[in-house]
Amino acid sequence: MSNKNIEYTTVSEVAGPLMVVEHVKDVAYNEVVRIRTADGEERTGQVLEAYLDKAVVMVFEGTKGLDTKKTSARFIGETMKIGLSKDMLGRIFDGTGNPIDDAPSIIPEMRRDINGNPLNPYAREYPREFIQTGVSTIDGLNTLVRGQKLPIFSGSGLPHNQLASQIARQAKVLGKDESFAVVFCAMGITSEEANLFIRDFENTGALERTTMFLNLADDPTIERIILPRMALTCAEYLAFDLDMQVLVILTDMTNYAEALREIAAAREEVPGRRGYPGYMYTDLAMIYERAGRIKGKKGSITQIPLLTMPDDDITHPIPDLTGYITEGQIVLERGLYKKDIYPPIAVLPCLSRLMDRGIGKDRTREDHADVANQLYAAYAEGCDLRDLVAIVGEDALSERDRKFLEFSERFEQEFVKQGDHEDRSIEQTLDIGWKLFSLLPTAELKKIDESYIKTYHPTYRKGKSTLDETS
Amino acid sequence: MTKDKQQGRIIRISGPVIEADGMHGAKMYDVVRVGKENLIGEIIRLHHDRATIQVYEDTNGLEPGGIVHSTGLPLSVELGPGLLKNIYDGIQRPLPTIFEQTGDFIERGVEADALDVKKKWHFTPTAKKKDEVEGGDIIGTVEETSLITHKIMIPPGIKGTLISLYDEGDYTVTEDIAFVKTTEKEIPLQMRQRWPVRKARPVKEKYDPSLPLITGQRVIDTFFPIAKGGTAAIPGGFGTGKTITLHQLAKWSDSQVVIYIGCGERGNEMTDVLREFPKLVDPRSGESLMDRTVLIANTSNMPVAARDASVYTGITIAEYYRDMGYDVALMADSTSRLAEAMREISGRLEEMPGEEGYPAYLASRLAEFYERAGRVRLKGTKEKEGSVSVMGAVSPPGGDFSEPVAQNTLRIVKVFWALDADLADRRHFPSINWLKSYSLYLDSVRDWWSKQIGEEWLQLRNKAMALLQKESELQEIVKLVGPDALPPKERALLESARMIREDFLQQSAFHEVDTYCPGKKQYEMLRIMSKYAERIQEAVEKHVQISNIIIMKTRERLARMKTIPNEEFEKRFHTIEKDMDDEIDALIKEVSPQ
Repeated sequence: MSNKNIEYTTVSEVAGPLMVVEHVKDVAYNEVVRIRTADGEERTGQVLEAYLDKAVVMVFEGTKGLDTKKTSARFIGETMKIGLSKDMLGRIFDGTGNPIDDAPSIIPEMRRDINGNPLNPYAREYPREFIQTGVSTIDGLNTLVRGQKLPIFSGSGLPHNQLASQIARQAKVLGKDESFAVVFCAMGITSEEANLFIRDFENTGALERTTMFLNLADDPTIERIILPRMALTCAEYLAFDLDMQVLVILTDMTNYAEALREIAAAREEVPGRRGYPGYMYTDLAMIYERAGRIKGKKGSITQIPLLTMPDDDITHPIPDLTGYITEGQIVLERGLYKKDIYPPIAVLPCLSRLMDRGIGKDRTREDHADVANQLYAAYAEGCDLRDLVAIVGEDALSERDRKFLEFSERFEQEFVKQGDHEDRSIEQTLDIGWKLFSLLPTAELKKIDESYIKTYHPTYRKGKSTLDETS
Repeated sequence: MTKDKQQGRIIRISGPVIEADGMHGAKMYDVVRVGKENLIGEIIRLHHDRATIQVYEDTNGLEPGGIVHSTGLPLSVELGPGLLKNIYDGIQRPLPTIFEQTGDFIERGVEADALDVKKKWHFTPTAKKKDEVEGGDIIGTVEETSLITHKIMIPPGIKGTLISLYDEGDYTVTEDIAFVKTTEKEIPLQMRQRWPVRKARPVKEKYDPSLPLITGQRVIDTFFPIAKGGTAAIPGGFGTGKTITLHQLAKWSDSQVVIYIGCGERGNEMTDVLREFPKLVDPRSGESLMDRTVLIANTSNMPVAARDASVYTGITIAEYYRDMGYDVALMADSTSRLAEAMREISGRLEEMPGEEGYPAYLASRLAEFYERAGRVRLKGTKEKEGSVSVMGAVSPPGGDFSEPVAQNTLRIVKVFWALDADLADRRHFPSINWLKSYSLYLDSVRDWWSKQIGEEWLQLRNKAMALLQKESELQEIVKLVGPDALPPKERALLESARMIREDFLQQSAFHEVDTYCPGKKQYEMLRIMSKYAERIQEAVEKHVQISNIIIMKTRERLARMKTIPNEEFEKRFHTIEKDMDDEIDALIKEVSPQ
């Protein structure tokens, strides 16, 4: 790589977040650049395109104040790295990895490339350990497991931050006492939102187990490109070097994608859908795929990325591409929130892909899968009937249909709705489900194995008649 | 590797694409080695002495001025015993070997043999010395796994006399085992051969597919069947169950060899296959399913340039097993990622974009890939037949099938399994929409079904389809006036259609019995349900109240037919059918007692 001591003052072009330096020698792709403005201010950049004698540099702190005469650039001879240490827990860092709390800077035990390397699928351990979040709609219907990446798709003005901090607060693996850490990565959120998390972590004593990377709404946009990479490098260190169970919260991924688009536009790349670059899928995958577990290692990385869907549109490229990479999604809905239901989780479009192998006997409870399927099916049917009622009125419904309609209402009020400090156990969650099933005729519970009906259905629990097996 | 032919120098790096000059004489699609770390790349454009190269590994820290060698050879795969049970990256490096060399994370510049060169395989010659042989002829066998006998073949293009063939014994894949004397020279043969991935392996001719690929999935086998040697696309938005459906096909389809390509998808999905397949038992042979499977993983965080290599590597391995006379099924999840990789590279080349930024050659590349499927007459002096069936997932943005990848794929494939987000939301799995999907193989496989399983297969299937079609029309009315306003006949029809939807089309991949449904059981289930539909029509006509039909006791037992173990279904279906008849008879008797 390049000679660290040469300072080039050959900046030939500055445009948007980019800067072109000419007459350079031996500059490597993705190499880090230290920039000094005419006023003597220090900035950091990264090589986006390397030629024999020219480099295109992305400037993290913005190009304001750069000129083509006095601005100088020094190529430091390595790609972006971050110093890592156990002492990063309880600390707050900015977008370039420098501490912004008043404590002294950390003494790194090692330095690692923030881009990381792809985890070998052969070395992965399939995630199966149930994480109880205490939120019924997640635990019961979209179970989170250790090492999963489960995003929250939200909209502006919805309580996604509140939900994320509730999850961070309540998440636990049953029957285990292990060291647990949170890596919190804020991209372009307001200081108010950031404070909500900080306060919450403080109140629960989680702050000393939390590492924060903050790039707030008024911080340089381009830093958002490297911020999640630094946070995840830190998370990998905590999880796979120090055996910790790490929960990574990335908020808000929409701001990340916007930063990506800004760079792409500045480079005059051929735009993909809605102006986002064609490689956004790959780029997002590089972030999300850094969740997981490794064979023979104790630690794990569980990711909860948050994103606000522009105009609540789930087909927008950001949620769309995210959904193709992550292992499911939790979707918040404005309609439910307006009905005063917290958390406003729209059950039907939600999904946890890793649920099936993380639940059941010895993990949660034997009836879990059947209960979840039946709740889904019955609620979906109830929702359809609502549309029908809107046209023909409730009187036109059959007795059976009326029961499903009632089921769907009570499901929202009793199963979905809960307090933001209410920590339900998985048994409580499933039993609420069974209570709701008692509204329906038993013969309609087709998705549930008969033996579970006999064990868990409220009618049978009271020891009443047994289900007659027709022969 | 052969001697280096060309040496150039890097002049520009932009992500996975680099440019080098001094490459005079290099050929398109030659494999090159780039920089100090010897990263592997492929030439994708030439302009005088300048070559544009896509690099199959991360280019971080690469410098202009670095050296580029051309190997003078196109990207090739190694073919021979040891492919099965293995998991490879996009350019056929075994992931377990990479793991041994670089640990949990994949680092760059790893050199790894695709086939273990130290392992000895027990070779049994089947040809004789002095035989006249040509490409495709089998000269010996190796028991590769408990399920597959690997046939050692004369590589395509060679024709001559077998002047020497080694005795039965243990050999590595690189040791000579035979010599062929052609008109020009004597050629030594090993168990390992190479083949360039972008070139289809030759065959004598292509046949029309006529046998169904039985997958044990009711909605596929009975409603939208795929033939052996056929092509199918399975498009769907995220969460609609593409991957689970492809996994189900990989697990249960009655092909002898399965190639599963994870192209730009999740790492955990490959781990899942790796973890689960060895434990699953092939329903036909009782052996582990991994024994017939080759996995290729280029997950979404692995280098994007290797996406299309991964698909070509997979199809070439599939063709190789086909050449042995096997039926091979290949699953590619997802072809959209392949298209996106093409778009990314094309963008970096600053090519004129076509629709939605995809390169103009998208359609022809996809066609090229799917055309390598087929049931074929194989090369060689003896008559042999084999097939490659290709099933590709498509991940359309926003679940909208009008986008270029889905549309271009549909123009090529013969079966379309349309996944539907609405169905997935209400946990109707597999969420294959019966109104939008189609199969052009119905007529081709009909003979097989009526001869092997039951004569009425196509009639039953078409009747059920008609019922579902009618149901969707009636649903429109129900939405306006409510179900009670319909005449009893139509309410009975809705009831029968609902049974087909919920109790036939829905199938649980996670239920130990329901996950695989044999052809005969599918046929019987549909026959009984079809009878139910007829009988309740009859009952309604004879003035039985629809409310009494809905609460029939046998209805729940019909619903649970799918979970009756596959060994005992025939007997139990028989009782269910009889009880159903009796119950309907009783209902009819009640209202018209003569």
